[in-house]
Amino acid sequence: MQRAIDGGIVRPVAHPSLAVCGVAFDLLPEGAAWLAEERLLVVADLHFEKGSAFAARGVALPPYDTRTTIARLEALVARLKPQTLVALGDSFHDGEAEARMDAEDAARIARLSRALDWVWIAGNHDPEPPQGFGGVVMAELRLGPLIFRHEPRSAPATGEISGHLHPCAAVRVRGRRLRRRCFASDGTRMIMPAFGAYAGGLNVLDAAYDPLLPGLGFHAWMMGARTVVPVAAHRLEGD
Amino acid sequence: MTAPLPFASEAGSLPPVFARWFAARGWRPRAHQLALVELGGAGKSALLIAPTGAGKTLAGFLPSLVDLADREAARKRGLHTLYISPLKALAVDVKRNLETPVAEMGLAISIETRTGDTPQNRRQRQRREPPDILMTTPEQLALLLSYPDAREFFSALSCVVLDELHALANSKRGDLLALGLARLAKLAPALRRTGLSATVAEPDALRRYLMPQPETGETLSEIVVAPPGAVPEISVLTPADEGSEEVRIPWSGHSARHALPAVYEAIRANKTVLVFVNTRSQAEFVFQELWRLNEDALPIALHHGSLSAEARRKVEAAMAAGTLRAVVCTSTLDLGIDWGEVDLVVNMGAPKGASRLLQRIGRANHRLDEPSRAMLVPANRFEVLECEAARAAALEGAQDGMVSRQGALDVLAQHVLGCACAEPFDPDALYGEVRSAAPYRALTRDDFGKVVDFVSIGGYALKTYDRFARLRPNAKAEGDMRLRAASPAVVQQYRMNVGTIVEAPMLKVRMVRRGGRRPLGGMGGRYLGEIEEYFIDQLAPGDTFLFAGHVLRFEGLSETDAIVTQSSSAEPKIPSYYGGKFPLSTYLAARVRRMFAHREQWTALPAPVREWLEIQAWRSVLPGEKDLLVECFPRGDRFFLVCYPFEGRLAHQTLGMLLTRRLDRAGARPMGFIASEYALAIWCLRDPGLMHERHELPLGELFAEDMLGDDLDAWLAESSLLKRTFRDCAIISGLIERRFPGQEKTGRQVTFSSDLIYNVLREHEPDHILLRATYNDAATGLLDVARVAEMLKRIRGHIRLKRLDRVSPLAVPVLLDIGKVSVGGEADEALLSEAADDLIAEATRLV
Repeated sequence: MQRAIDGGIVRPVAHPSLAVCGVAFDLLPEGAAWLAEERLLVVADLHFEKGSAFAARGVALPPYDTRTTIARLEALVARLKPQTLVALGDSFHDGEAEARMDAEDAARIARLSRALDWVWIAGNHDPEPPQGFGGVVMAELRLGPLIFRHEPRSAPATGEISGHLHPCAAVRVRGRRLRRRCFASDGTRMIMPAFGAYAGGLNVLDAAYDPLLPGLGFHAWMMGARTVVPVAAHRLEGD
Repeated sequence: MTAPLPFASEAGSLPPVFARWFAARGWRPRAHQLALVELGGAGKSALLIAPTGAGKTLAGFLPSLVDLADREAARKRGLHTLYISPLKALAVDVKRNLETPVAEMGLAISIETRTGDTPQNRRQRQRREPPDILMTTPEQLALLLSYPDAREFFSALSCVVLDELHALANSKRGDLLALGLARLAKLAPALRRTGLSATVAEPDALRRYLMPQPETGETLSEIVVAPPGAVPEISVLTPADEGSEEVRIPWSGHSARHALPAVYEAIRANKTVLVFVNTRSQAEFVFQELWRLNEDALPIALHHGSLSAEARRKVEAAMAAGTLRAVVCTSTLDLGIDWGEVDLVVNMGAPKGASRLLQRIGRANHRLDEPSRAMLVPANRFEVLECEAARAAALEGAQDGMVSRQGALDVLAQHVLGCACAEPFDPDALYGEVRSAAPYRALTRDDFGKVVDFVSIGGYALKTYDRFARLRPNAKAEGDMRLRAASPAVVQQYRMNVGTIVEAPMLKVRMVRRGGRRPLGGMGGRYLGEIEEYFIDQLAPGDTFLFAGHVLRFEGLSETDAIVTQSSSAEPKIPSYYGGKFPLSTYLAARVRRMFAHREQWTALPAPVREWLEIQAWRSVLPGEKDLLVECFPRGDRFFLVCYPFEGRLAHQTLGMLLTRRLDRAGARPMGFIASEYALAIWCLRDPGLMHERHELPLGELFAEDMLGDDLDAWLAESSLLKRTFRDCAIISGLIERRFPGQEKTGRQVTFSSDLIYNVLREHEPDHILLRATYNDAATGLLDVARVAEMLKRIRGHIRLKRLDRVSPLAVPVLLDIGKVSVGGEADEALLSEAADDLIAEATRLV
């Protein structure tokens, strides 16, 4: 159980629960969703080796994005001990990602994926995820009323859990503007935030979301430092 | 440019054509002009310190003109003199002023400018056929040095003239220029340097800057000091209320609204007035208010860096033509062009530094023998003291000390890449050259190596980028240790990103017609200028704010444009932040502290301020010259700790962050703090004064210098200030490009910011060279850690606690600021949960 210090009092943090088609996910502040009953952990858009993709174009970003992302995953796995992990696509930034990856980082991913049932959903950045890391590759995964895929489809897409768009949201509280990555959901579907260390965000009020979450009947579950906070769409601001 | 003066010596050392020219104008060359000609003739470098109006620029060029006139017969081609100024407008203006004597003497000397505005074909032609004299900026020099033909281009260079050197030297631009000079010294060993400067406290720093420094010891240039101009007339404006005799001075605030009717009267009574303010938003406010008072419809204009270039040029032209009565301006007009007929300079608010005040005063009346006139307009009671201190300093001609700076590592990285673009370089040789530049004298070989490694492949301990290296071994022969740029793309990248000025991300402000449906997404709208993205981020559609002299209503964003309409309301809803952009200088702060301690100096103060100090002395005590006054008192349901270090808002903010951490650890339950230029107030649930008396929390320990160790580190890890600084360093060093994703907000593009890079780098390589550059910047800039350190040392053993039953008179101003300034960090987290609290019911209904 995580604990937070609030006004000097240490108290447990209850992770908010979001139900999609009646299936309740715990939303974690790390940006992952957790199905406790199934012991299933979902993350989206890991974008391994995004840094080195920039380096190849002459922008030598710190080469530590992959291991930062892995370390966050390892911490989650150690804490929750999932049976299954679903990576919702765009796990690898491009087709050359595996070739550019540091050997030690690659070994850590392989170790992690062998320790549980790992599902690589194919994404547009990685239509054919590399085979060397273990796990199974799927275009979509069905589980009861849920369907896990990379790119969200136009509404209605009942039961869909997707990534791809890197949703983030901005809200103003007492004159201050806060912008965070978020889960976006209207209760029938959920779009997951990007998990990768170098993955940016696209505001949920952007037109790209119009066909997916029509109107303002959805919530952005914004990521705080210790918990995830639901904010109604009509409260949000664009970029 | 020059006027006859009694102290001018004979023009004997000038060639006849020059002597005749001076005589024909009825002028005699001044002593300092002749001194420079003599030094120039002997091939010596010199620093000229002269007040405005002393013919400084002509003095700088005279040696070159004499030399060129002499050589005219058997003249070889090539660039003879390079003139570098901090402003491109100044380069253009100086060229115009120099062309007159050259034409009148009939000299065949070609003079050209080269700035960012110079068309591509002319730039190319300039490289093929350089003029005799080229006027340019530090950035253009860096570019010229990065071309493969730089060696040839500068081979005949005989002189560099550095204008407004005092404004350039002590900055990142100054670092870039120093590195460029070191390069020039290698390409043209006989090169002579002339620095032109206003009066400075430590001229030796500039003399050192001008000279290539030896391995050990130091070399100083010659120095020529012109006689000072007339002592300026400076008044401090503390107007009485309308229809009353009573002087009224606000307790707090920075707008000086109460004084604007009197400022307007001053504009009416003079020919042309420059009204200086410290921030863009204050310029907007003052301009707006003056027009509200402007019953005579006097031509009053506005000038600041965010206005469109066209709007600024219009104002400058009108000013030059003498058709304006007043210009409200920011530091954009601190330097530069001679306006001629300005007869009064008004400074709104406190000037923050003695040197800035002198510089601004110098903008009035460019004639040496007549005093410049200036009026200081304090916005609150503390500023009255500061204005009086600044006035006394200006009358003495006293200057702020310069903080000597270490050359920035991000600038060095840019320079190293520039060198590789020109030709392969040997790292050891380049290291020697770089160290000859004064700001980089203390650079170690190890750090230099790290910078080269950074330029090449990012300088990371993890070596996965080797094949993407931007520098490659030249290896043309056995033992060739030189490195070269890996590809033309690398060279291209350098040229696109050269320079050390990083603008805050800006949005274009476009005004559309009210009510016209679909203002958003549609094209057009009148372009008003650019505004900082972070300011717009704070606005919601419908909010009104001041910009370009209008009250505007924010309608929304359209790509990179902020769409606004004219608002019908007279009062903007979003008050801009009026706080100073420049921190109070150390020198002026010491003078203000001295005024508190010496009652005999209070006679100069207006009655309300004097009474305020008297009551403070009676109710509490006055801060001493050397000690730190700490007051503790209850108010509402809280206990306040207010201290008065007078070290400027930035240093106080840092101190506030660190003290709150310590108070928290000691169990004082601090709830928040606020910093002003003069004071810091922290409020707690327990009484720190009582805790001190019970020895639970001795103040000596609370203010101990060790807070700059672990506490600072811990805070920095979370500070968003450091992220902003990191972004600038990352851009200057060439890690990320100026047009990097993260600034673009268009369409479906998924963006990410330099914050993410910062987080990852700090986690994995906290000692990385770029993080060190970031920390160094923040320590002297946004956080002013260096100043906090100085202060903590100064007050050790000199803390004076006064426990009071209620707020003291001195504490009132800072307490009035509470609620106007936001604090980030943990507070953001609390706010985020607040966003949920009032919505939690609605949110749970979903489940």
